[in-house]
Amino acid sequence: MVAGKVGGMSDRVRWWAAGGAAVWGLLAAGCSRAPSYLHTRGYAADQQAKLGWSLLIIASVVVLVIAALVLWAVLRHPRGEPAPVARSTGGLRWVVVGGIIVPAVVLLVTFIFTMATYSALAAPPAPPALTIQVVGHRWWWEAKYPGRSPGDLAVTANEIHIPVSRPVRFELTTADVIHSFWFPELGGKTDLIPGQRNVTWLQADTAGTYWGQCTEYCGLQHAHMQMSIVAEPAAEFRQWLDRQREPASPPTEAAARQGQQIFTASACSLCHTVRGTDAHGAVGPDLTHVATRASLAAGALPNTRGYLAGWIANPQELKPGTAMPAVGLSPQQLQAVVTYLESLR
Amino acid sequence: MAISAPAAPAPPVNERLIRIWETAPGLYGALATVDHKVIGKRYLVTSFVFLLLGGIEALVMRVQLMGPDKAVLSPEAYNQLFSMHGVTMMFLYAAPILSGFSNYIWPLMIGSRDMAFPRLNALSYWIFLLSGIFLYSSFLVGQAPDRGWFAYANLTERPFSPGLNMDFYALGLTFLGISTTVGAINFIVTIFKLRAPGMSVNRLPIFIWGTLTTSFSVLFAMPALTAACVLLYLDRRFGTHFYDVAGGGHPLLWQHLFWIFGHPWVYIVVLPAMGMVSDMLPTFCRRPLVAYSFVALATVSTGILGFGVWVHHMFATGLPPLSTNFFSAASMVITIPSAVAVFAWIATIWHGRPVITTAFLFCAGFIVLFVIGGVSGVATAAVPFDWQLTDTYFVVAHIHYVLIGINVFAVVAALYYWLPKMTGRLLDERLGRWNFWTMFIGFNLGFFPMHISGLLGMPRRVYTYQGGLGWTALNLITSIGAFLFAVGVLALLVNIAVSLRRGRRAGPNPWDGNTLEWATPSPPPPYNFAVIPQVASRHPLWEDRLGEGARSVIDRGPLLDEGRETIGTSPLDAEPQQVLRMPGDSLWPLLLALSLTALFYGLLGSVGWLAIVGGAATIVCTAGWLWPTQEPATTEAVEASA
Repeated sequence: MVAGKVGGMSDRVRWWAAGGAAVWGLLAAGCSRAPSYLHTRGYAADQQAKLGWSLLIIASVVVLVIAALVLWAVLRHPRGEPAPVARSTGGLRWVVVGGIIVPAVVLLVTFIFTMATYSALAAPPAPPALTIQVVGHRWWWEAKYPGRSPGDLAVTANEIHIPVSRPVRFELTTADVIHSFWFPELGGKTDLIPGQRNVTWLQADTAGTYWGQCTEYCGLQHAHMQMSIVAEPAAEFRQWLDRQREPASPPTEAAARQGQQIFTASACSLCHTVRGTDAHGAVGPDLTHVATRASLAAGALPNTRGYLAGWIANPQELKPGTAMPAVGLSPQQLQAVVTYLESLR
Repeated sequence: MAISAPAAPAPPVNERLIRIWETAPGLYGALATVDHKVIGKRYLVTSFVFLLLGGIEALVMRVQLMGPDKAVLSPEAYNQLFSMHGVTMMFLYAAPILSGFSNYIWPLMIGSRDMAFPRLNALSYWIFLLSGIFLYSSFLVGQAPDRGWFAYANLTERPFSPGLNMDFYALGLTFLGISTTVGAINFIVTIFKLRAPGMSVNRLPIFIWGTLTTSFSVLFAMPALTAACVLLYLDRRFGTHFYDVAGGGHPLLWQHLFWIFGHPWVYIVVLPAMGMVSDMLPTFCRRPLVAYSFVALATVSTGILGFGVWVHHMFATGLPPLSTNFFSAASMVITIPSAVAVFAWIATIWHGRPVITTAFLFCAGFIVLFVIGGVSGVATAAVPFDWQLTDTYFVVAHIHYVLIGINVFAVVAALYYWLPKMTGRLLDERLGRWNFWTMFIGFNLGFFPMHISGLLGMPRRVYTYQGGLGWTALNLITSIGAFLFAVGVLALLVNIAVSLRRGRRAGPNPWDGNTLEWATPSPPPPYNFAVIPQVASRHPLWEDRLGEGARSVIDRGPLLDEGRETIGTSPLDAEPQQVLRMPGDSLWPLLLALSLTALFYGLLGSVGWLAIVGGAATIVCTAGWLWPTQEPATTEAVEASA
């Protein structure tokens, strides 16, 4: 009888263990592709992941122990006719030990670990290499790299380049509503809030492209407010930044020149800036070097000729609600504008 | 006045009590009734309908999210659905369903004949119903709230939300807040004044501790929400700048006000449910609850601590470390009272002799889900890790383990347990098993993977997501689980429908429960108790078997058959103090609620005359309601009876 019960119990334990293994296996499998904050590539996220794994392990153990206790408490009694009501003997010890002492100790340890992590992240491990100003817009990201003089300012959108293995400081503001700045593999979230300038820092320890996303619900296209960080060796980063600081080089191809004329003369230039030209619009992303970016419309589309043309021709179809209107270009005009934009490297 | 009735009250007396307490027949009675049992049932049915509506909204969203880049819903439709899903479940289901149980069961549990303010009770229901209709009427004009149930400013300000959507939200929740507030006042006064003689505070069922605690929480939390909503309405319609930086306001004001309300609200929708489980488990385990005093204290302290944790919703807003640390510590400390309750339940089962009924299974499942929801909550209290967790699907998983695990599972257990008291018929236990296992498996299949999609970086509140990010399979599993869970809910509905026609007769006490409601017939007569009982212990119906020295008296006591009367007792010891004369049927609550509805629609549509007529009618109805009558309201000292 007793042996049978113990056997049944260990089956349950095995079942739970198998279930747990399956869950964490799925997690590990997903990690290889997903922007997970348990599989991290930066100093801040590493610290957070250490804390996170500890919390998840403690949590899993607590759940398994309590689920086992509930099962055991139910199954230890023989089934049959309802037993007569009787006074309960004991039980208070359960509450004092399981309900107060054990959780108090576990929580205290957790809290100390939390505070230690907090303090480790209070300041970057080294002085930041540079400051990038990020402005949230519905629904895209503007990134500004201030230089020594105002003329040195580089402005880009949705794709932020940083030097690898160096902390980078971010000043976060918003042009409209609350957004939240997040690169799960590199660090936690910081909100962009009207009327305040929040500051955070990130460091990527491995070169690569990291996925980021707005995580404060900001309306219709919140889902398509993504961005990326490209972490690259210092020299490449410097090269990239120098290029971004330059104004657009005048187009050489005839089609591109025609495209520029259309761009400047049409509604495009009312919203977009191409530095070095007459396009000074301040509503949409700076397009001075748009062709260097990997994606369009805040990560909604890959930056290929076809998608670029589709995006200009019918933005409301591809990203309903975006501030970008269809400007009504003829097919020839559209091709010319696309050629022009593709020349903005 | 205090007449002692013979051991078994003679039928003629019962008939007189029925005449006194019965609701008038026909339409008038239906609209004017103040019977707490009728109001309780209406609360239960109405909030269950809202549960189904919120559930359908969720299923439609799960179809959209079943795979990447689906276009089942437009972004706007998705945003309206997820917002109304949250508003519905938090405001129109989770709290009102518990009010339904409290309304029906409280007076029976404490040996009273009604709630302290029966007309206020009716008003509370009518406003709940009409504000729910008000909120849902937004779908008719295609402008349902679309900024989430949390509705963060300044996204809700007019430049970013020009439609009527957020006006429905701000006005609807202000309107509903009246219902919640008067309901809370009614519960508090009822418990302090209307308990049967002898039912001192240390003899209260834990369910009553739960609702009492949350009623106090409502009184302190609801004003913050109402203020937040009124300020939003003023910003939107009258050009004030409470949440507008350009005018000197600040959007974080909304977040503080909303979460000062919002986090206590989470406890408001779970503490009574935890209380119901604390009262059901002893019945099925054939033993009194282990560590009663600890559990009662844990309930009250959770309610109080619940006001000290709101900032854990705001860790990423750039607040200084000192304040976030304080709220992190508070959010961890609040785990302890919950752990006390969990171990009290486990110890009750361990030391008891559990009878495995469907209600018991739901209670046991509830404990496990409660713990999962609890520990994931602790993870979000750890600030640096919360910067990662917040606004991902991990938190979606967490809140659903808390709200479905602790609220819905407890509610379904309570339906299996107390519905027979209300209808006189038991639910089917075989179908009950199917009901439990489909809901339990469906729930975990649906919501557990959300933890993982969250850990893999999936953000909340997105109407779609791209493939190739590792979330696709998990979302498919979640959608399948959600539909399986829905099948479980359907099984519950079928079970209820079948039992109403063919269920086994319950008799007064089908579970051999120990609290006073089981001393009444099922369903109870309009007057509840033929005589006002005298309570001598925490378990009035188990005293013989528990070997209690004192015995409660249930069949003899004050008859009070000269009008709608019940006994008023002292707040702590329940010493009888007076005979309370209770009001009868009245149309004023309904008329007042309808006037308010006109007022709120007037404010919504900027229809000046409608707002003025509604406002004037509200004043007239209030005056009519409060108009002095010739009858002396109450009082007369009563000697301790029998």
